[in-house]
Amino acid sequence: MNHGAPTQDFLGLTFNLSNVLMITVASVIVFIIATLGSRKLAMKPTGMQNFMEWVMDFIKNMINSSMDWKTGGRFQLLGMTLIMYLFVSNMLGLPFAITYDHVLWWKSPTADPVVTLTLAVLVLSLAHYYGIQMKGFKGYLKAYKNPMTLIEEFSNTLTLGLRLYGNIFAGEVLLGLLAGTLAMSGIWGALGAVIPTLVWQGYSIFVGAIQSFIFVTLTMVYLSHKVSSDH
Amino acid sequence: MLTSGLVLGLSISKFNGGDALFQLAMFIILLFLLKKYAFGPLMGIMTQREEHVASEINAAEASRLEASKYLEEQRELLKQSRVEATQLIENAKQQGETQREDIIIQARTEAERLKESAKREIVQEKEKAVVALREQVASLSVLIASKVIEKELSEADQEKLINHYIQEAGEER
Repeated sequence: MNHGAPTQDFLGLTFNLSNVLMITVASVIVFIIATLGSRKLAMKPTGMQNFMEWVMDFIKNMINSSMDWKTGGRFQLLGMTLIMYLFVSNMLGLPFAITYDHVLWWKSPTADPVVTLTLAVLVLSLAHYYGIQMKGFKGYLKAYKNPMTLIEEFSNTLTLGLRLYGNIFAGEVLLGLLAGTLAMSGIWGALGAVIPTLVWQGYSIFVGAIQSFIFVTLTMVYLSHKVSSDH
Repeated sequence: MLTSGLVLGLSISKFNGGDALFQLAMFIILLFLLKKYAFGPLMGIMTQREEHVASEINAAEASRLEASKYLEEQRELLKQSRVEATQLIENAKQQGETQREDIIIQARTEAERLKESAKREIVQEKEKAVVALREQVASLSVLIASKVIEKELSEADQEKLINHYIQEAGEER
């Protein structure tokens, strides 16, 4: 279980090669799913197009619940990409974990705090950017009359990233303990590990879906806080 | 032991700032690729469908309005034609009535005229008959006179004879 990470220093930055691999894999899977879903576009949708349109409407409803569509419509693409990428990432670590030479290669990219915090920072940066763009610099600064807002900004970023990381990482740790340690401890251990592993995998699918949903919902909430004028 | 090992395994790894950059770059690339190849066209077709539905609804609404307008028009026309028909029937009835009256009056005058002409004819015939009788009476008188002269009739006999003949003539009429 004491797996190391395949780190590599390059241009003064440390790269975790397993993260690089998994981020690429997740992105490619998302791209393939999305392209397959919108390959044969028709006015009367069939098959995958129905699914993609359902996701589209799902995101649209999410945005509509936190801001009006006139300002929120531009975030639909962001929401779509985020939810698909996060969902696929969360699912990647569930079926198996691949270690090679005591180095963990295959895992959820979202089980790394750096990755999730990167996404959180990206989202919050976008929120600030659109806040300035839509309300002007003065309108943007008005929110900071109360200095507590500054702390809020900081904690928002941190919690958004760490919530996702914590859930997925915990899921993977428990799966690793069940499948990697308990199942290896003898015949009875292997038998005893089957049911809890199944249950935990099912629960992890649920958690992964919910966490991606929560991430996108909070993204939209933070964006709407910065963007909408009634706040 | 295991958990501490995990935590240890994490804590000894350095801060992997390269991953952050890589994740950022990949996400932005993914966003643009998806926009270009998947969600852009999908959104396009969704808005297209929305517009299509909206235009269809508008068209349906318009045709419904038109239909109801036509219906109203037809109803109006029907009402009008019904009124016209009753008027026509009324007219025809009136015309028939006057025609009937005319025919009766004509027949009456015709009958009157015929009666008149018949009467006139009767009178003429009568006059003619009287004239003829008179002629006959005259000739008979001449005959009687000649016979009387032949037979030397008495005055009484003569009168009797004349009366007799006149009566005869009257019966022949």
